[in-house]
Amino acid sequence: MTEVISKPATRRLPLVGLLSRVLLLRESWVGMIGAALIVFWVLLAFTAPLISPYHPNATLVPYAVPGTAAPDGGTFWLGTDHIGRDILSRVIWGTRTVLVYAPLATLSAYALGIVLGLAAGYYRGWMDEVLSRFSDLVLSFPVLVLYILIIVRFGSSGLNIILAVTFASAPGVMRIVRGLVLDIRDRDYIAAAQMRGESPWYIMFVEILPNVRGPLIVDGCLRLGYVTITIGVLGFLGLGLPPPDPDWGGMINETRSMAMAFPHMALFPCLAISSLVLGLNLLADGLREVLLDA
Amino acid sequence: MSERRATTANPLLQLDDLSIGYRIRGGIVPAVRRVSFTLEEGDSLGLVGESGCGKSTLAYAVVNYLGRAGVRLRGRVLYEGQDLAALSGEALRSLRGREIAMVDQDPVSCLNPVLPIGEQLMEVPMIHEHATVEQARERAVAMLGEVKLPNAESVMARYPHQLSGGQQQRVVIAMALMGNPRLLVMDEPTTGLDVTIEAAILELIAELRERHRMALLFISHNLGTVMRVCNRLGVMYCGELVEEGEVREVFRNPRHPYTRGLLDCLPTFDTDKNTVTLKPIPGQVPAVPSEAPGCVFAPRCQFVEEPRCTRGEIAAERVAAAAHHRARCVRQAELPHWEPAQSIREAPVTPALSPEPLLRIDGLDKSYEAAGVHWFRKGKDGGVHALNGITVSAAKGRTLAIVGESGCGKTTLARVLTGLEEASGGTIRFGDSDLARTGVNRRTKALKRAIQMVFQHPDGTLNPSHTIGFTIARTLRRLASIPAGEMKRAVENLLQKVNLPAEFSRRLPRQLSGGQKQRVAIARALAGNPELVVADEPVSSLDVSVQAAILNLLLEIQTASETTMLFISHDLAVVRFLADHICVMYLGRVMEYGTVEEVFDPPYHPYTEALLSAAPVTDPDAKRRRIVLEGSLPDPSEPPRGCPFHTRCPRKIGPLCEDTLPPEHRLPGGHRIACHIPLPELQAMEPVLTRSRAEAGD
Amino acid sequence: MARFIVKRLLFMAATMLTVSILLFGLLEISPGSVATKVLGPYTSQEQRDLWLEAHGYFRPLHVRYLDWLGHLVQGEFGESIRFKVPVAEVLWPRLSNTAVLGGLVLVIMVPFSLALGVLAGMKEGSPLDRTISLFSIVTTSVPEFASSVILAALFVFYLGLLPGTSTMASGFSWREMVLPVLVLVLYDFGYVTRMTRASMVEVMTRPYIRTAVLKGLPHRRVIFRHALRNALIAPFTVIMLQINWLLSGVIVVEFFFAYKGFGSLLLEASLNQDLFLIEACTMVSVLVAVGTQTLADIGYVYLNPRIRFS
Repeated sequence: MTEVISKPATRRLPLVGLLSRVLLLRESWVGMIGAALIVFWVLLAFTAPLISPYHPNATLVPYAVPGTAAPDGGTFWLGTDHIGRDILSRVIWGTRTVLVYAPLATLSAYALGIVLGLAAGYYRGWMDEVLSRFSDLVLSFPVLVLYILIIVRFGSSGLNIILAVTFASAPGVMRIVRGLVLDIRDRDYIAAAQMRGESPWYIMFVEILPNVRGPLIVDGCLRLGYVTITIGVLGFLGLGLPPPDPDWGGMINETRSMAMAFPHMALFPCLAISSLVLGLNLLADGLREVLLDA
Repeated sequence: MSERRATTANPLLQLDDLSIGYRIRGGIVPAVRRVSFTLEEGDSLGLVGESGCGKSTLAYAVVNYLGRAGVRLRGRVLYEGQDLAALSGEALRSLRGREIAMVDQDPVSCLNPVLPIGEQLMEVPMIHEHATVEQARERAVAMLGEVKLPNAESVMARYPHQLSGGQQQRVVIAMALMGNPRLLVMDEPTTGLDVTIEAAILELIAELRERHRMALLFISHNLGTVMRVCNRLGVMYCGELVEEGEVREVFRNPRHPYTRGLLDCLPTFDTDKNTVTLKPIPGQVPAVPSEAPGCVFAPRCQFVEEPRCTRGEIAAERVAAAAHHRARCVRQAELPHWEPAQSIREAPVTPALSPEPLLRIDGLDKSYEAAGVHWFRKGKDGGVHALNGITVSAAKGRTLAIVGESGCGKTTLARVLTGLEEASGGTIRFGDSDLARTGVNRRTKALKRAIQMVFQHPDGTLNPSHTIGFTIARTLRRLASIPAGEMKRAVENLLQKVNLPAEFSRRLPRQLSGGQKQRVAIARALAGNPELVVADEPVSSLDVSVQAAILNLLLEIQTASETTMLFISHDLAVVRFLADHICVMYLGRVMEYGTVEEVFDPPYHPYTEALLSAAPVTDPDAKRRRIVLEGSLPDPSEPPRGCPFHTRCPRKIGPLCEDTLPPEHRLPGGHRIACHIPLPELQAMEPVLTRSRAEAGD
Repeated sequence: MARFIVKRLLFMAATMLTVSILLFGLLEISPGSVATKVLGPYTSQEQRDLWLEAHGYFRPLHVRYLDWLGHLVQGEFGESIRFKVPVAEVLWPRLSNTAVLGGLVLVIMVPFSLALGVLAGMKEGSPLDRTISLFSIVTTSVPEFASSVILAALFVFYLGLLPGTSTMASGFSWREMVLPVLVLVLYDFGYVTRMTRASMVEVMTRPYIRTAVLKGLPHRRVIFRHALRNALIAPFTVIMLQINWLLSGVIVVEFFFAYKGFGSLLLEASLNQDLFLIEACTMVSVLVAVGTQTLADIGYVYLNPRIRFS
């Protein structure tokens, strides 16, 4: 009568289960390269004070090309900019800026998007109608136009950038969550939860949310990459964080006019941001295989 | 076409010691092991087995389409003596569609959604025979007529989604026949269709096979369907063909213990819970077939004998009595004679009838507003009537079965009962309360506890993110008052009640088989000691051997705690076995209501009569009156006027049926039939199913 | 179908109306700041009041909005503060320049990315698929401003093959178009390729493809007649929505290469607080975005018989 147990219970808790799925990433070399790139930049951000040769805002020798010997006996490996700041040091310190603002902005967009998406998908009806129309409206703006409008109107500061990203990205997150919730809310286990009298809050966050994490993690990686680009673009257009602290986009903006004569000044921050975004995109690709296809 | 068919000494299809595996991470999993059989022109072989037995893989091997992960490990597939694997791509292509055609399950996904039906049919002769557009069109229209689709011309111009499921399958069959194939391979062609539609399709397949003299390889999980279309039966287990022979011969004299096990699991039409118990096969199908020597079935076999059964290679042996009957069992000749009558119960399980019913549903209506676009699409009159004046009752400790096809409203009834939806009219008396308009949020804890539900799909019934223990403990916390310290014990007790080890509480749903998940779902429903359990097709997506175990479990629990059960099903054999009362529904209305005996014997409602005739039966001696319903199920959002069944009713008496809702004939004892046909005429009906040993072997 | 189109057009109009209200609320709600922006910060309160009076800013809010909207609809956007001419005079030439740029990008990108996506998706996991997929991930990872810098460094500084600016000072020049077009194509084609690939991969696993193969159809017919017809529905929508992204990219590229287009105009207007020009540019860009979205929706329904006939 009793059915024989076929598989050993290896995975105990959902979180451990998720972690062990993520660890499958080692089978995707694309994902591993992505993870390595990200680890590289995170390490740089943490160890910036230890490894950066100069203070990022110190003005030393202007217009030095890469490899020039510095007056203190060191070398400007990546050269200096037009007012003599060491580009290597600024790229390293700039990692901190981007790795603080991009994840913060993305997280805040997710927090809002998830709550709105759960509400729209679970309650449906007028709640869904209102939220979906609003997100359609935001998403109908060309995204950069929206950022420019917000920054021009409210001024550029770290907080405003985070708020702008949240405002512009949360509707996208909401749409994804809503779609997933609409699929899950008709499953029988949700009916079972309703039948034992669970509150909507419990059902949304305990019964539904854990089951949408796979697609959300993958989307989160891609979106983080896109937010990184956005912050870079704003800096590049001169709408980013106020100087003088190093920010990759800002560095490109400041030296852009000299790009034809001294390309190295803008080139290295460009390569930095591209490799970070590439890392995120590759990681997302690897995670997609591991979390969604399995 | 016959000139291209050279007659050779070779059989049409021959599988010679074929083994197939699938490449996975770090190895190959065997799927089909050492299968041999031959199929001659005009032959029809039905392959049956439970999920994962390799029957579909075998079907695709016959058309040499295994996908990139599939590997042929040994043996050959010979078509007229030529090895399919040795053919060039071009040769194989000209064979497919013209000599060998395939029909898959799930017709809607097999038809290209963006191409009109006509084009998909016409391309077959245009490619294979370079037919002109006119010739191809002519053939396509003729073929659509042959599969009995009305308005063939208009079907040609339509897109797949504009047809019903049954019509789509007819189109797929027509498409397979467009090249005049000599071998037709069908993989579960009627799975997912409603019973009456399935019966019509099976009828069509049998008829076409006769007419076109095709060989047929028919894959199914359902023994009863094979009996309708095939003359030979093959039983597969763990990738092996364990028994093969003439259909009636195998059903009458099964020689392999697994075949016997399958037959013992099936409820039949002349037994019920008070006379017999079902006998599930112990253990479960291994997830990965073992490589151990000896018989694959040995670990679950009641006739196993060491060391004969567990050593060496087990070959297929010829069964002495019959010419074409083989069984892969070393003890096949020694096994006792098999008798279909299952182990007999000493005492009936049904409790004495209590005077007052526990549940009384009276005139229940449920309609959906046009604005709330869910469940059904909105109807023209601004709403969908999912339930119309449903009146039934269930006594304490008894089982009321709701029977009907898709769109009949049975699931809506379950949702209203459990409070997931509220009724639009009528009453549901349950004890002292009226549940009709009391949604689950407004029910007291005692009421929530008293009515719980078991769902249909094992995969959707448990939250994949939560452990079994969490799910059950949470339900206990909500529905029963259990101190935190005793929770662990309580969870283990519940698991024990459904015959699962306590260790399961730490597992996640994906580590459980379908049957185990359904046991957990039952444990969850039992958490608050319910008085009424609503079971919505709880066994319909399970394999037969697992189904038998779950049915036994439900019975066991019901008997122990006098639980009332509302059992929703489309499977009449299961209902015959389990139910005390039956309510037959069609498009939101009750067609017939009565005790099991009353419903299964005349007088019938014409719809019940058709359902009974459509039910798959494995008894080789059963005689059935054939009733094939024409047409498709009407769209539930626009039910026909008058009697909802009049569009398909073979006994329709005239315009009266089209205009007026039929009255209910009330017979003594509570039997009710809603039909215009006068009662004496209904009472004069012959039984649909009869059994006669004398006529055996026709 | 006709009802659907009318519905979509009405919806589009409603969106534009809402955007106009938002824009009005964002930029025109306080007359004081409008006057400051128009007349400059060094004007007296009296001067501003006079100007506001003359332009009807003391009327009730809804009257002002309706009046403003009326002008907007007729294409009378007011006078540019920076260029000292009516906004329309600067807007339309710039818009047509950008249309040339965007058109060139689409003409090159669409066939290229569709072909690559279909090739990759035909056989999932093949070396060709892996190469194309990796290539498209890499190119979408390099933002437009970075590829502008990198390509300019390469083709202008090191190789000296191309001009570094695209001002078109001496008339239209193909040579000056190369870099802006290249940058935009590189960034945008990857996404369309990946979406096309995903769609193709999905279609190739569908049972109807198996049915087509088992009907004995030649491989070419399976791909072209059965697979592509389904696989290209999703990319169509993606391409239409890509125009929305292209508008963002255009701002960056025109800014970097000093191309006199709509994007650089919008940026210039924003940086100079050129109020009426900002309003005009925003409304035009949202119109383009919403318009392509509407086209995408209608096209999707048209291409999909499952929706068209239900």
